[in-house]
Amino acid sequence: MSKRSNEPFLWLLFSAGGVVSALLMPIHLLLFALAFPLGWLDGPGYEKLLVLLRHPMTRVYLLVLCSLPLFHWAHRFRFTLYDGLQIKHLSEFINVFCYGGATVGTVVAACLLWSI
Amino acid sequence: MINPTEYLPKSYHPRVSTYWWLTRWVYLKFILREASSVFVAWTVILTLLQIRALAAGPARYAEFQDWLRSPLLLVLNAVSLFFVVFHAVTWFNLAPKAMVVRVGGRRLPNLAISAPNFAAWAVLSAAIAWILMRG
Amino acid sequence: MANRITIEVTRYDPAQDEKPRFDSFEVPLRKEWVVLDALNYIKDHLDGSLTFRWSCRMGVCGSCGMTVNGVPKLTCATFLSDYAPGPVRVEPMKNFPVLKDLVVDTSDFLVKLEKSKPWIIRKVEKPLDEEYFQTPEQLEAYKQYSMCINCMLCYAACPVYGLDPLFIGPAAIALAQRYNMDSRDEGASERMDILSQHDGIWGCTFVGECTQVCPKHVDPAGAIQQYKLTATMEWVKALVLPRGSE
Ligand code: SF4
Ligand code: FES
Repeated sequence: MSKRSNEPFLWLLFSAGGVVSALLMPIHLLLFALAFPLGWLDGPGYEKLLVLLRHPMTRVYLLVLCSLPLFHWAHRFRFTLYDGLQIKHLSEFINVFCYGGATVGTVVAACLLWSI
Repeated sequence: MINPTEYLPKSYHPRVSTYWWLTRWVYLKFILREASSVFVAWTVILTLLQIRALAAGPARYAEFQDWLRSPLLLVLNAVSLFFVVFHAVTWFNLAPKAMVVRVGGRRLPNLAISAPNFAAWAVLSAAIAWILMRG
Repeated sequence: MANRITIEVTRYDPAQDEKPRFDSFEVPLRKEWVVLDALNYIKDHLDGSLTFRWSCRMGVCGSCGMTVNGVPKLTCATFLSDYAPGPVRVEPMKNFPVLKDLVVDTSDFLVKLEKSKPWIIRKVEKPLDEEYFQTPEQLEAYKQYSMCINCMLCYAACPVYGLDPLFIGPAAIALAQRYNMDSRDEGASERMDILSQHDGIWGCTFVGECTQVCPKHVDPAGAIQQYKLTATMEWVKALVLPRGSE
């Protein structure tokens, strides 16, 4: 193989994030951001949520839910900036912003989840 | 366009407009699909804020709930929900393009690949709702 | 009048014009006429200097691609009556330099096509009196891609190619797949070296419009995504088995 490209790795993250966000995000957003606060449905109370959150499985689940979709965003947003705004000449800055942002987000999520 | 040499034919090089994605409905749909990723990122941020509020105690969590009920957040989240659903639908519909499954030498029809995706979406959503709302 | 239609055609004369402009012509609207018939009517009866390419008039040579009302089309396979009452706007294919009126410079595509090595590559050729057998299933694996007529409509529809002319583009990648999927071919890794570069498959953002405009149902967008999947699997394999089995 000639020049090794890191695109396959980024694409893998993008795809995995695409799947995770497609499968899980609509229901999360519907329940936590609309249905529960507006009282359409009876949400879990504070105590119950905390118990749920302390379960190791939930933490792993939430880490996946927060991390992979950020890499999905990074990939799409990078290309949207390239093509939609025609600023590919700023690609170095854009790459740092997108993938750096996703990495920082992942670290923040991990710290948050393990500090509870 | 000025010719580099006299041996090349002179030609006109049109430049792609910055607003090319507004020129046709299909391109606009594409850009909206890509833009959905911004709302995906927002959903992550919202989730992280929620976890932080939970960790900070009942009072802070109640405040967080109030914040969610403010008109700005409701509108933002309704729009986000639209985009996240748009992402899910387009994602599952495009899955068969990237994945070719052959059974007995024949390529499986698109529906045979996208339908299980939609089914998984429904089952997982129901499972999450059940875990959160039971008892 | 119902049986006539106005056509606006791009005019550009490199000897005189800085920029293209439009000329309007009124042509008969006949039920069996395609856009190309109208252009030929203009050339024969109204303005002999109108310049455009065509050859087969039956959707196989791939030379009559133009932009009809903003959409890339084979003008010999696009009925005029679908655009009634008009006017119909006929422009050269997008994303290519315009040489004259409706004729574009296709050199870039030809160079890229060759880059993707669209021919059968063998490590060792069989002797001439031996045949390469292929089952119907093996044929079916690549047949769809072999339908490509190099009309370049997919390039005209691709915003990524328009923005980044280095992108190798839909048809070249679909044709690489045409040979990768061929059971007689052994050149997949050679092609992968070229197509897995940034200007290859990774430039594609899956707009998907190449597939929509393709008159031969080649589905280049699908070919590219499948290629990405293959390239990613190769990458994972190389990671798990460093210095691979090759
Ligand atoms: S893939 Fe389709 S649109 Fe592209 S050159 Fe081939 S036939 Fe034309
Ligand atoms: S003239 Fe040959 S494809 Fe239209």
